[in-house]
Parts: sequence; C-alpha cells; structure tokens
Amino acid sequence: MGEALIQLRDVCRSYDMGAEIVHALRGVSLQITRGEYVAIMGPSGSGKSTLMNIIGCLDTPSSGGFILNGKAVSDMDDNELADIRNQEIGFVFQTFNLLARSTAFHNVELPLIYAGIPAWERYEIAVKVLEQVGLADRMTHKPNELSGGQRQRVAVARALVNGPSILLADEPTGNLDTVTGDEIMLLFDKLHHAGNTIILVTHEEAIAQRARRIVRIRDGRIASDESRDAP
Amino acid sequence: MKLKTELAESLRFSWSALMANKMRAILTTLGIVIGVVTVSLMSMAIDGVSKSFLRSISSMGSDILYLEKNPWIDNQEWWKRRGRRDIEMPHVRELNRLIGDRYLLSPYAHQSSSVKYGTESISGIIMEGCSAENAVINGYTFTEGRFFNNNEVDGYRPVCVLGHDAADALFKGGSALGKKVKLNGINYEVIGAMAKRGTFMGFTLDNNVYIPITRLLSDFAWRPNVSIAIKAPDMHNVDEATEEIRGAMRKVRRLEPGQADDFAINKQEVLLNTFNKVTGVIASAGLFITGLALFVGGIGIMNIMFVSVAERTKEIGLRKALGARRRTILMQFLMEALMICLWGGLIGLGLAWCLKPVVNHYIPASISIKTVVIALFIAAATGVISGYIPARRAALMDPVEALRDE
Ligand SMILES: Nc1ncnc2c1ncn2[C@@H]1O[C@H](COP(=O)(O)OP(=O)(O)OP(=O)(O)O)[C@@H](O)[C@H]1O
Ligand SMILES: [Mg+2]
Repeated sequence: MGEALIQLRDVCRSYDMGAEIVHALRGVSLQITRGEYVAIMGPSGSGKSTLMNIIGCLDTPSSGGFILNGKAVSDMDDNELADIRNQEIGFVFQTFNLLARSTAFHNVELPLIYAGIPAWERYEIAVKVLEQVGLADRMTHKPNELSGGQRQRVAVARALVNGPSILLADEPTGNLDTVTGDEIMLLFDKLHHAGNTIILVTHEEAIAQRARRIVRIRDGRIASDESRDAP
Repeated sequence: MKLKTELAESLRFSWSALMANKMRAILTTLGIVIGVVTVSLMSMAIDGVSKSFLRSISSMGSDILYLEKNPWIDNQEWWKRRGRRDIEMPHVRELNRLIGDRYLLSPYAHQSSSVKYGTESISGIIMEGCSAENAVINGYTFTEGRFFNNNEVDGYRPVCVLGHDAADALFKGGSALGKKVKLNGINYEVIGAMAKRGTFMGFTLDNNVYIPITRLLSDFAWRPNVSIAIKAPDMHNVDEATEEIRGAMRKVRRLEPGQADDFAINKQEVLLNTFNKVTGVIASAGLFITGLALFVGGIGIMNIMFVSVAERTKEIGLRKALGARRRTILMQFLMEALMICLWGGLIGLGLAWCLKPVVNHYIPASISIKTVVIALFIAAATGVISGYIPARRAALMDPVEALRDE
C-alpha cells in the first residue's frame, strides 16, 4: 500500500437550520491511498455530496480531522483552501458546470490561470489534456456546440489540467445516457490506470463495480467499505 | 505574475459579461454619461469663459484706476447712492490741478452712434469722448494720423479718430485723414485711424470712434456725467494711490470729514474677484448636478452589479472550486463595474464633444486633456465605489452554496 492521501477522522458536518440541526455527516472516518479508485454509494440525502465537498476542500467539517496529502485542512484559511482546490483537487460535476460563453479551450485553461501560469504554457498544457480526453479538435467550440458526453470530457480535462492528486466526481454520468456514460467511465478507467486517484459518487451499481473499492454511506455514517482485488 | 494573469482573466470576464448584456450596460451607464457630460461641459465653459475674460481683463491694465460716480460692483446699499452728484468737467479740471503732476487723467464717456461717409455708413458703433491723455493711458497706436491734443479738446474742435475696422469700412483702405464724416449727423474731421485693438469681453474695440470729451458732452450726451481713467506713470502701491486720489476727490467735491464718498474708485481687481465668484457658482452648480448624476448612476451600477452577481452565482461557485481566491473574484466584478463606467465615461465624452459646437456658439470652448482625464477618472471611481459591495458579496460567497444555485 502507498501513503495515505486522505485521512478523515470522525468527521461531522451539520447545518444549523434554526429550528433544527441537520446532521449531514455523523462521524465519518476514512483513509484513501494514492492511486485508489473509490466509489461512494448511498441513498439520496445520505451525505455523499457533503463528504465530497469536504474532501474537495469546498467545505470544512464541523468537527473531526481531515488531513490531505499530509496537510491539516481544518487549519487553513480561505486563500490556502483556494490554492489546494486549484493544485490538489480536480472536480467533475454532474451538470458539467462549464462556462457557457467560453470555448472548450478556455474552460480547460481556467485552473491554469488561477495557478498563475503564463499564457503560452497554458496553451501547451491545455492542448495536451484535451488530446488526452480526445477533444483536441473541439478546442474552439463552445459548450452548446458539444454533445453531453463531450461536455463532460471537457470538464474532465479541466479537472486534470493542473495535475491534481485527486479526481472527485459527483455523479459524473448522472446527466448522460448509458452509452456516453460508459464512454466517460472508460475514460476514468484509463485515468486510473495512469495512476490517478479517483473518488466517484454514483447511484448505479454497475458503475460502482468498476472501482476497486466501494464505500456505502447511510444517514451520514459509513455503512460498509469493501475492497476487491483487480479483476 | 499571478496578478497579471488574473487581471487578464478579469478583463476577459468583464468583457464577456458586457457583451452578453450590451443593452443593459448601456442603460445603466446613463447616470455616468450624464455626470461626465456635465463635468465636461462645465469645465469647457469655465475654461472658455476664463480664457476670454482674462484676456479682456488684462487689456485693461491692472494699474489703471477708474474714478466714477458709482462702483462697478456693489451688491449692498445701492439706495444710498441714489441722488449722487454727477462728475462733471469742472471737477475733472480741479482734480487735475491737485494731482495732475503725478497722475495722468482722462475724462471719458460713451455714446452709441452712427458714422457716415458719403454713401457708406455704420450704425451701432461706440463713440468715446475723452481727452488726449486717454491715448497715453491705454497705449493707442495708429495706422495713420494722430490722436487729438488737449488744445483741440478745450477748444471744442470737431475732430475724430476712427477705430481700425471703422476706418477700413468707410474708406476701404484709402486714407481717411482730412475727410469729413458725419457722427449722428454732425460733421467731424478725421485726424487719425487706429491700429487694431482686438476685443473686450467679446465686443470689438475696432469699431470705436474717438472725439474730444467736450464735444461729446455738448453735441450728444444727455447728462454731463463723465468717468475718469487715472494712471500713475509708475504706480507701485495701488492702495496708496487710491487713497491719494480719494483724498483729492473729496476736496474737489467739498465733502466734510464725516460725510461718505459720493464717488467710487474702481479697479480691474474688483472684476476679477467677481469673475472668480461667478465661475465658483458655475462650478458648484455643475458639481452639484454631476454629483447627483453620479450618485444616481452609482446606485444604478450597484444595482446591476448585484443582478450580475446573482445571475452568475453558480459560475462564482465553479470558479472558486477551480481555485479562484476571494481577491480574484472581487477583482473580476470590480473590473466589470469599472468597464461599464468607463464605457459611460467615453460615451459622455463623445456626447460632450458633439455638444462642443453648440457651446462654442456662446463661449470659446475646448475639451482639454485635463478634462478627459478628470472625466474618465470620475467615471472609474464611480465604478469601483459602487461595484465594491456587490463584488465583495460575490467574493465572500460560500462555494458549496454558490454551486448549488440554479
Ligand atoms: N446547505 C444545507 N443546508 C441544510 N441542509 C443541507 C445543506 N446541504 C445538505 N444538507 C442536508 O444534508 C444531507 C446530506 O446532503 P447531501 O447533498 O450530502 O446528500 P447526497 O447524499 O449527496 O444526496 P443525493 O444523492 O440526492 O445527491 C441532506 O439531508 C441535506 O438535506
Ligand atoms: Mg449529492
């Protein structure tokens, strides 16, 4: 086993709604190693997205410890969190979340801009990543000129462009039909083989089965955590 | 390095936002446009008025005092001046006996008149009656002939000196000397034609006709009242000179020690002060309108920026997820507000430029670099100030909440 990339210890996340307190996570402890391919499953409202947001440093735990890549995230200020998101995390969303008025290239370039990389280097890197997802010929297209699967591939390219430690995908195939969904999953397989760490939220058993490890969540707690060997 | 790439992205961000909502941007920018137009027109007006006024005023000479029945500018106690005695030629002569050794004195009075030579005639010219000293005090120069001397003044001689343009119009470049012209129907002999003098407060001085003051009073004037231009050959201390002249004039008027002056000593300086007051009023009125327009404009910008932030909530969340810092988001929205306002500023300047010919009709107007810089700076400042609160709201958004926005 490699080093622990993600270490969650007894993480809780609750929302104070005034009248009541909603407990989205009630003590989650989880270790994920570099290079793992983890699927997170569970019923709607069980806390999967909340967990992903915490791992992705978009959100912080109400209590409990979270160490990412050896750094304690709970102690970080807003700028440091932004930099972590920029450098260590690649997000893929269910609804793609591409900038509608920008080209595929500019969408992919965006994290590089926030990393402060000069324009000519940005171009090289973004082109390479777009090639990796098979969209080098669609660089100048805007999202509304691309199919759903292509849009999601642009989003994957954008997530990969800064060479993050973790790829976080919250129901990446949720808005795609089975065929294009499979395309995206093949892309994830490929990325996993290339050494990327992937955490994926899904409702579909078939998709979860592609991962080496399935964590099931119920009511804000880990209900089961199974690993299998490579097929 | 990072700041530079972020700045470039901010520019692109705000540009695309503007392009997506051109009409909205143009409409919200109206307040700024009005503000900038007022500022530019105001500074155009003040510049123009100052330039022409100061040029006129300096032609008067700061060392000439004008002894007159009434002050030029006096906004109080005008009722006390009712019934003042006229200043008449005997007064002038007596004053001249008292201080004539140190000062040059010229009595003068004006009258509207027409001048006629053969079939040529000009009406609505200014006829100035004065003494020989007037030419020295005002430094007249001549294209031909000379000014009249005091023998001619005291002898009621019907002689006249024509202003440059008047001579030109009547004699078409030929010599005027020795010719008889009719002033309001009375024959006068031309003894001189003057070189060009230019304009005073927008009126040409070159249509004037000069005749001995004695003739003006006897032939044309309704009342015997005159003003006296007084100049000291080297007047170092205007206040001292004023006091001396005042003392002498009190003697001439036979005023008792307790009595108030029944005359006034006017100076160019008074006009200057009043002028400054007037431009001050123009400026404060202009600034008030500008301020109001910019305030309204600023509120409009703030409003539209709140809308823009709300519309792009999800995008803000996404950008944060991709690593945008608070500062970056703040900068992007500030840039958008700034761009809208600079648009407004440019449109405003363009409008002001179009209005320039209209203003030019009344006063010499020009848009200086200073005006452009000030107008754009004001527009930019409005953008930054009114964009700050919405931009800050965007910058402080919680990324998870923002991403959840539909
Ligand atoms: N901002 C919030 N305020 C209040 N409650 C919240 C908030 N965000 C999430 N929750 C609650 O936390 C719980 C977990 O939500 P979460 O989005 O993590 O579920 P999920 O497992 O991703 O569900 P789904 O499969 O439907 O996406 C839910 O009960 C939800 O109502
Ligand atoms: Mg979810």
